[in-house]
Amino acid sequence: MTSTNTEAESASTMIDGVHYHQFDIVIVGAGGAGMRAAIEAGPHARTAVISKLYPTRSHTGAAQGGMAAALANVEEDNWEWHTYDTVKGGDYLVDQDAAEILAKEAIDAVIDLENMGLPFNRTPDGKIDQRRFGGHTREHGSAAVRRACFAADRTGHMILQTLFQNCVRLGINFFNEFYVLDLVMTKVDGVDQPSAVVAYELATGELHVFRSKAIIFATGGYGKIYKTTSNAHTLTGDGVGIIWRKGLPLEDMEFFQFHPTGLAGLGILLSEAARGEGAILRNASGERFMERYTPTLKDLAPRDIVSRSMATEIREGRGAGPDKDYLYLDITHLEPAVIDEKLPDITEFARTYLGVEPYTEPVPVLPTAHYAMGGIPTTNNAEVLRNNTETVKGLYAAGECACVSVHGSNRLGTNSLLDINVFGKRAGKNAVEYVKTAPFVPLPENPTAGVQAILDMVRSGDGTERVGAIRKELQDSMDRNAQIFRTDESLSEVTKLIERLRARYKNIALQDKGKRFNTDLLEAIELGFLLDLAEVLVYSARNRKESRGGHMREDYPERDDKNFLKHTMAYLTGDPESAEAGDHIRLDFKPVVITNYPPMERKY
Amino acid sequence: MSTAVTSAAKVPEPIATFTATFIIRRFDPEVDEEPRWQDFDVEMRATDRILDALHKIKWEQDGSLTFRRSCAHGVCGSDAMRINGKNRLACKTLIKDLDISKPIYVEAIKGLPLEKDLIVDMEPFFDSFRSVNPFLMVAGPTKDGKERVQSPVERARFDDTTKCILCAACTSSCPVFWTDGQYFGPAAIVNAHRFIFDSRDEGAKVRLDILNDKEGVWRCRTTFNCTDACPRGIQVTQAIAEVKMAILRGKP
Repeated sequence: MTSTNTEAESASTMIDGVHYHQFDIVIVGAGGAGMRAAIEAGPHARTAVISKLYPTRSHTGAAQGGMAAALANVEEDNWEWHTYDTVKGGDYLVDQDAAEILAKEAIDAVIDLENMGLPFNRTPDGKIDQRRFGGHTREHGSAAVRRACFAADRTGHMILQTLFQNCVRLGINFFNEFYVLDLVMTKVDGVDQPSAVVAYELATGELHVFRSKAIIFATGGYGKIYKTTSNAHTLTGDGVGIIWRKGLPLEDMEFFQFHPTGLAGLGILLSEAARGEGAILRNASGERFMERYTPTLKDLAPRDIVSRSMATEIREGRGAGPDKDYLYLDITHLEPAVIDEKLPDITEFARTYLGVEPYTEPVPVLPTAHYAMGGIPTTNNAEVLRNNTETVKGLYAAGECACVSVHGSNRLGTNSLLDINVFGKRAGKNAVEYVKTAPFVPLPENPTAGVQAILDMVRSGDGTERVGAIRKELQDSMDRNAQIFRTDESLSEVTKLIERLRARYKNIALQDKGKRFNTDLLEAIELGFLLDLAEVLVYSARNRKESRGGHMREDYPERDDKNFLKHTMAYLTGDPESAEAGDHIRLDFKPVVITNYPPMERKY
Repeated sequence: MSTAVTSAAKVPEPIATFTATFIIRRFDPEVDEEPRWQDFDVEMRATDRILDALHKIKWEQDGSLTFRRSCAHGVCGSDAMRINGKNRLACKTLIKDLDISKPIYVEAIKGLPLEKDLIVDMEPFFDSFRSVNPFLMVAGPTKDGKERVQSPVERARFDDTTKCILCAACTSSCPVFWTDGQYFGPAAIVNAHRFIFDSRDEGAKVRLDILNDKEGVWRCRTTFNCTDACPRGIQVTQAIAEVKMAILRGKP
């Protein structure tokens, strides 16, 4: 399942049943960030993109509403306002130098995409049209501003397609349905340096070692730790989990975004663009309840606040439906023609999956696990951090798997399509510079040993546990205990469950023992990453005894800048197999970069 | 103790469960000489998707059942398959829209080499896609560092074909493609259309020449299977007809 050019193929050799390839730059993941990096790297260095899916299946394609950039095409705007909104939206846990880069480079990032062919919606005079989105304001919060560039409500689809089309144009080497399971590190002068990644070829069950001078992780998120999520089944955090198992830090894992408007019961996303175009959230009595919580921005407040407000409405008995357990997204006051032009996909989701006609009926919605603010810590040049100050030479990360941190404790809508383009490009560019002078790091004696151990563990299992059952218990408990509202009690409960599930995981049995397209095996390995990441998330969340952005502790309801205006840095340490999280997770902290915006109370 | 929003929200309609029978065409290349049909009984709700049924089978009955899927709501294009003889996405086909008094037949899409169970080799499909120059062909970036101007009317001209998710439901429903593996197939033509009719593009002539080939648009017999199969509602047959007209005119 590869689409590689002959030159690349000729570089591949086979030793002891394992394929060996050599590239200057290997990119793991073919979503927006990975392909944006590939477009930057491909023309200048021998580049391969490895994906466990076909590139166009990546979840960037599910993003709907838009990509922020202060183009000022339809009203006054500038990147400084965008920077401020991003910092405030992230409840001041954003690194402000990074946010400034994001907002400044947004403008070129959008123009790049348009020049590559992206069919943005247009203004009457032919420029890129822009719409409102949550938390994006003019003059530091005075009113909502039209900053989101969009292509109907399938902006992510168009970005993914456009990037893939340009990878085809450039003849980028893709290894599709290759599942990267390990990052190979070699000790050089006493320091672990990345020398390769090891991938499992889904079609054949064979292993491939990709030697490379630079490696870019662009592996996306891990929303599948939750039951109700907008994330794809394949978003199991493999890349983040690989980095974790190497003993490298993960940053701010406690911050997970719950998007306000998932289809009730399903979690399928209905874009914030609906509210950008005028949709209103209502409770059972039809009240526009967001007016009570955020009088200025109302329904266009940032996602953490809207989701929390919705949860509060339901807890206080104002939810709709027979069990008063959902709310309504109302677009019945919009013209059907406007809905068809600007929100066609999400209205079809409501029709298809709930049988609701959005022209005339409000749509039942509930918050849905959507986006990981935390992840692999990087510098502003997408270099992966080894600790608070040192980087891992030759290793880069971009997109949802990374934590720059431009999103802090809560990402603004439209800033993730932006993030993948700005930092995907930076990762590609910096990797190209790096490989010009960097040597190949020698491979260790047996580079596939780590992967072989994982495969042996899941394959040899003749136990009684089913992958699906363990995963379901994890997801149910994460939804109950580590969702919008958290307490030490709820987090302790899920901690204990994860400890038991980790033990049971060692006793799983596969039913598919074959080599070809063994998705039974794949799901078992994915579950291992889900358990690891859920454990880090919960452990980091228990420690953060304050409420900030997407992390709401009911037992510590206030933001506490004195003690917690800092990034969490979690490390795997000691015996990774030990039962108690505290015996193998160590927490450290990293200062937040503050430039122009001293922390203030967050009001909208 | 529980403090989160309940996730077990109910959809507006009352939920009843019932047993549906699925007859699935299985093929394990390491064991089977030929594909075989296997049936499964699954507890379902009317609002469940075919993908939910496949997951229930895989997770609760037979872990070896093999299929592709990712987003589960019709935008990634992974899970095109033949459901009761029609090409559909498993994640966009609801049980309530099928006659469950009879078994539901599920098999891989046709015309592409069968790999295992519901998985086919997608490479020939993507080869066709790549062969129509599916990217904006222009002399270079704009000189002023800004976007190319395009009016809303020009933008609307090719809107329909930008929706394609490359799921192969159309191409693998086409009788011409079944019998002639060289034919570009509807999806490749749809993706050519998306650029031929984009006012910014300068490569229409190249693409029209490619599609004027004997394995190009003229093989289309307008059976409309592709249009019926498209999960994105693209007017595929019409798009092919528009490309035929453009070839005759010599321009978009």
